[in-house]
Amino acid sequence: MAKYLLLKHYRGAPAAVNDVPMDQWAPEEISAHVQYMRDFAARLEGTGEFVDGQALSPEGTFVRYDGEGRPPVTDGPFPETKDLIAGWMVIDVQTYERALELAGELSAAPGAGGRPIHEWLEVRPFLNEHATTTE
Amino acid sequence: MDEALLRVLTPKVIGVLVRRGAGFAAAEDAVQEALVEAVRVWPKDPPREPEGWLITVAWRRFLDTARADAARLRREVRVESEPAPGPGRAVDDTLWLYFLCAHPSLTPASAVALTLRAVGGLSTRQIAHAYLVPETTMAQRISRAKRTVSEVRLDRPGDVATVLRVLYLVFNEGYSGDVDLAQEAIRLTRHLAERIDHEEVAGLLALMLLHHARRPARTGPDGGLVSLAEQDRGLWDTRMIAEGVDVLQTALGRDRLGQFQAQAAIAALHADAPTAQETDWVQIVEWYDELVRLTDSPVVRLNRAVAVGEADGPRAGLAALAELDPCLPRHAAASAYLHERDGDLTTAARLYARAARSASNLPERDHLMRQAARLNAGPRG
Repeated sequence: MAKYLLLKHYRGAPAAVNDVPMDQWAPEEISAHVQYMRDFAARLEGTGEFVDGQALSPEGTFVRYDGEGRPPVTDGPFPETKDLIAGWMVIDVQTYERALELAGELSAAPGAGGRPIHEWLEVRPFLNEHATTTE
Repeated sequence: MDEALLRVLTPKVIGVLVRRGAGFAAAEDAVQEALVEAVRVWPKDPPREPEGWLITVAWRRFLDTARADAARLRREVRVESEPAPGPGRAVDDTLWLYFLCAHPSLTPASAVALTLRAVGGLSTRQIAHAYLVPETTMAQRISRAKRTVSEVRLDRPGDVATVLRVLYLVFNEGYSGDVDLAQEAIRLTRHLAERIDHEEVAGLLALMLLHHARRPARTGPDGGLVSLAEQDRGLWDTRMIAEGVDVLQTALGRDRLGQFQAQAAIAALHADAPTAQETDWVQIVEWYDELVRLTDSPVVRLNRAVAVGEADGPRAGLAALAELDPCLPRHAAASAYLHERDGDLTTAARLYARAARSASNLPERDHLMRQAARLNAGPRG
């Protein structure tokens, strides 16, 4: 099995096919979307492929060390050109093809007009914690 | 509290319940419950006959569940305390479980999970921790696997190769959480080898022992990987190596070579060299030739190219490598190593960095990145 991150962007991914901002949807379309995401996660739990799913607030701050005895420096928020992560799902699947298949299904979540959003999700393999024995 | 004993008894007790007429899934559930009970009760009140205790408790649990299910279904329950005889089997109960849990109808991940629980006696939580997934996810994986094999009728041993693949997968997993999967794989393979006289079972056991014996030397004080050539051979477990070599020699004596025996033979030749320089690379290449013949695997050809580089010089290794698909995992790493040996440090550094970017695990990535950095830093390194 291999773990993959399905990464969802607020900004920074190519434009979705059904690219209407969520605040322009009908309220029941938002409910349908949320339900789809829940059902998707529940189904993956059932197949033994679910690891984690989290959503992130769009408000983020950059922080860095500024030297001994000084408070860390903060910066941001940054202009709208910046890549912005909306959330993720982590899956544990048998093959890369299965990861793509599931990402495709997640991207079909309904949006405006009840039609699939076709949003672009980024699929990233995890680096394993362990080295396999090869000599 | 002897957890090791509990784990050895697990598959036996499942086997007894199944022989008495319980379905595999129900028997496995009941035994898990009995194990939990044992962990609770035994420390204060150790049983005189642990096996009998487990069978009694598990069988009672099974009957309770069966009666509850039957009541729910509003139909008569025919299970009484007098057990019905199960289907007769020509193989012993534990062996039968090995084959069932590695059944070809299961995905490799399901077979691994089911084997660790039903044969290994691990809890779902322990297995989930070892594979870094939530317990609910692992529970689902196991219960789906049980459903898949519940219809399987096994009255004679299946293909031992499927069992060996599952055990080898477990062995290669390393460890997280409180379970050392490599040691668990060795334990299960050892038990299998006691039950079935098969040269490849012995070959796999030998391979595991020979690799595991080197584990203390494989990680440096900074936690980084140490390559075979640079390992402190004084840290190798000589007793484990001796056992591995012994098991391997008996297996090879039967003159029915298989891939695990061939891999173990290569590991034995490494173990046999007092220093890296004294490694018998010519013989190792010959074993790789056997392995290519047996498996026709591109990964084996890649390892063979590196061995050729040691036996006949880096140019010969690079020539062997040139015949292989550059997209193979670790192709860049092998090429970097051979270029370094050939004195082309610039190319080697570039290839090490590329190999690091395509590594599939952290220790290997960090190791390759250090190699690139070492070469880029120049001779004073």
